Amino acid sequence: MNTFRLGGVHPEENKLASKSNIEKLPLPDKAVVFVSQHLGAPSVPVVQKGDKVKVGQLLAKAEAFICANTHSPYSGTITKIDLATDFNGYKKPAFYIDVEGDEWEEGIDTSDSIVREITLDSKQIVERIKDRGVVGLGGAAFPTHVKYMIPQDKKAEYLIINAVECEPYLTSDNRVLLEKAEEVLIGIEVMKRALGVACALIGIENNKPEAISHMSELAKNYKGTKVVALKTKYPQGAEKQLIYALTGREVPSGKLPIEVGCVVNNVGTALAIYYAVQKNMPLIDNILTFTGKSVKRNRNLQVRVGTPLQYIIDYCGGLPEDTGKLVNGGPMMGKAIVDLNAPTVKTTSSILVISQKESMRKEETNCLRCGKCVSACPMGLEPILLFNLAKQDRWEEAEKECAMDCIECGCCLFSCPAGKPLLDLIRVAKNKIGVIRRLRSQR
Amino acid sequence: MAILTVSGSPHVQSKDTTRSIMWTVVIALIPALLVGIYYFGFRVLGVTLVSVASCLLFEWLIQKFLLKGKQTISDGSAVITGILLAFNLPSNIPFPLVVLGALVAIGIGKMTFGGLGKNPFNPALVGRVFLFLSFPTYVAISEWPKPQPLFSSAVADALTGPTPLLMMKNGQMPEMFDMFLGATGGSFGEVSAIAILLGGIIMLFRKVITWHIPVAYLGTAGIFSLILWSAGITVNPVYHLLAGGMMLGAVFMATDMVTSPVTRKGQLIFGAGCGLLTIIFRCFGPMPEGASFAILIMNAVTPLINKYCKPKRFGY
Repeated sequence: MNTFRLGGVHPEENKLASKSNIEKLPLPDKAVVFVSQHLGAPSVPVVQKGDKVKVGQLLAKAEAFICANTHSPYSGTITKIDLATDFNGYKKPAFYIDVEGDEWEEGIDTSDSIVREITLDSKQIVERIKDRGVVGLGGAAFPTHVKYMIPQDKKAEYLIINAVECEPYLTSDNRVLLEKAEEVLIGIEVMKRALGVACALIGIENNKPEAISHMSELAKNYKGTKVVALKTKYPQGAEKQLIYALTGREVPSGKLPIEVGCVVNNVGTALAIYYAVQKNMPLIDNILTFTGKSVKRNRNLQVRVGTPLQYIIDYCGGLPEDTGKLVNGGPMMGKAIVDLNAPTVKTTSSILVISQKESMRKEETNCLRCGKCVSACPMGLEPILLFNLAKQDRWEEAEKECAMDCIECGCCLFSCPAGKPLLDLIRVAKNKIGVIRRLRSQR
Repeated sequence: MAILTVSGSPHVQSKDTTRSIMWTVVIALIPALLVGIYYFGFRVLGVTLVSVASCLLFEWLIQKFLLKGKQTISDGSAVITGILLAFNLPSNIPFPLVVLGALVAIGIGKMTFGGLGKNPFNPALVGRVFLFLSFPTYVAISEWPKPQPLFSSAVADALTGPTPLLMMKNGQMPEMFDMFLGATGGSFGEVSAIAILLGGIIMLFRKVITWHIPVAYLGTAGIFSLILWSAGITVNPVYHLLAGGMMLGAVFMATDMVTSPVTRKGQLIFGAGCGLLTIIFRCFGPMPEGASFAILIMNAVTPLINKYCKPKRFGY
């Protein structure tokens, strides 16, 4: 069975919510929607304090190339535009909305009927993706339309759909594959047309057998779309690892997937593209997994963007007694949540509740030079070497040892028996090298 | 609600700890210990216990009075050193020598460098070689205790005899099957190939070691001695693999993670170097045994191997 070649680990899967149907979370009374929810230049607000808005109305406009529109997920009144704290503790400008009813803008198809016929051409599709504020839902929130503007000298051969969901605990992609399979497949057809490629590969790990068989069955009706079962191994969902697992091609260091003829999108993005292009619906909600070993009911929720975290927690019956840490995302790459009042964004994929006991790192001892971090690294780096160089402020040597190729998957820190904070220090090194490189290019 | 922890990812870690790895090695050493007791009697247990106890005591004392750091004796590494040191000794060795060997192993071989993980040489081998060179009349003897299986009524015609390696040096041939089981003269932990291999399988299964070093070690030694055998210089390669410290060295000593290379490629080179040197020492050197010296020399080369054996980077 296909998988990537170098390194990787297999943490406990803990897909506790994999059997729970997606349920719609009721709307909150008050919501906070960040002006910019993507990677790139900030969007510019087009509504003002006191304005009445409808669901799907444009709130902030993309003025730059790498930028995305933000739409209102609610109908109601903008009470203020002010700084708000996000999950990670950063303060960013946001629209504060008092929610009144659920009134949608004209021209958005809110019915459940599936629209199969694709009427737009390639250029119109990309325009629509941009207009509807679609960003990459794999986690990076990169504006999707940018990926679909292929440089003149490059050619896309494969569309790769990342339905790997290699992170433990997360089940939202799995549920999408089971409950919205057809929408996803139509979304893929739209993406294929936009890119002008004939072949789409959907990578799914073999710990989701139901999703694999369901998708394979339906994919028979879509020429050129193929489901590929992959051996369960983390970090298979990392872009470069997935491309290798599916095509055997190795994206060169520092380059993008298009270098080897691939465009990679998450399955959530495929669904968002379906809604954007076929139903004219902007990206205003997402599916997140509320999960954890001591959570009474693990579930998958469809949540409007801008829902305060505390509202979700209250809906789910509060946090368990022994909660020690909350993580947005999976346990391997997710970020610890700093503020319980912070609102969700387009890319919020999960609320993972970690117990007090499991929130502590293991005891740190001397390095045993066991080499587990080296064999676990999917990029072929030597984490312990980078760690030691970083400890001694030897940034330029760390750069020569390819520190910038680190994808921060966490396999090194996960596998270290001595409990060394390997990735923490490598992140510091990457940061420092980034500064050095900027200084160098200024010279 | 309690204050929430905030830290960088990942938020889960594997179950492996320094402690769990070390105690797995201790468990893997038990089969060879049992075979040693079976063939050489309960004094084997005495030697092992004295060795382990002295290693723990010296580590504790040095940590307490010299390094003044956190006590580390419960991590199991001193127990391993103690057992491995004992395994290299004849069962009739005087106890004070065992204590002295432990002092050199832990004191010079390990704690001088800052304790577990920082030592460049395998501590047990440091202790062994010290005893071997300083007290040849007790440790590098020509007449080793002969195996006397427990509960057997047969009376051996002599209590001591030469080791297989010494017999080979003198042109005699020991019983191959005896060597596999461990029914030959020699250091009591080294004699039984099958018990050592069983320990190796336990460690492989628990992912404490990988196959690279033992296979490269034994493979290279086998091929090199085969070449020398066909040139009429030495005996059948199978004897070489089964005799002396080769098996214990390949499975337990050379695989010591602290003193062997980090990358797979490096481990293959390291193992091959050990195999080559062992056979050279055995066939051309003045002494019958060579595994300890071979591994110590390769330990010294390890930093160099680490420097030049880089893993294959992704995307280059």
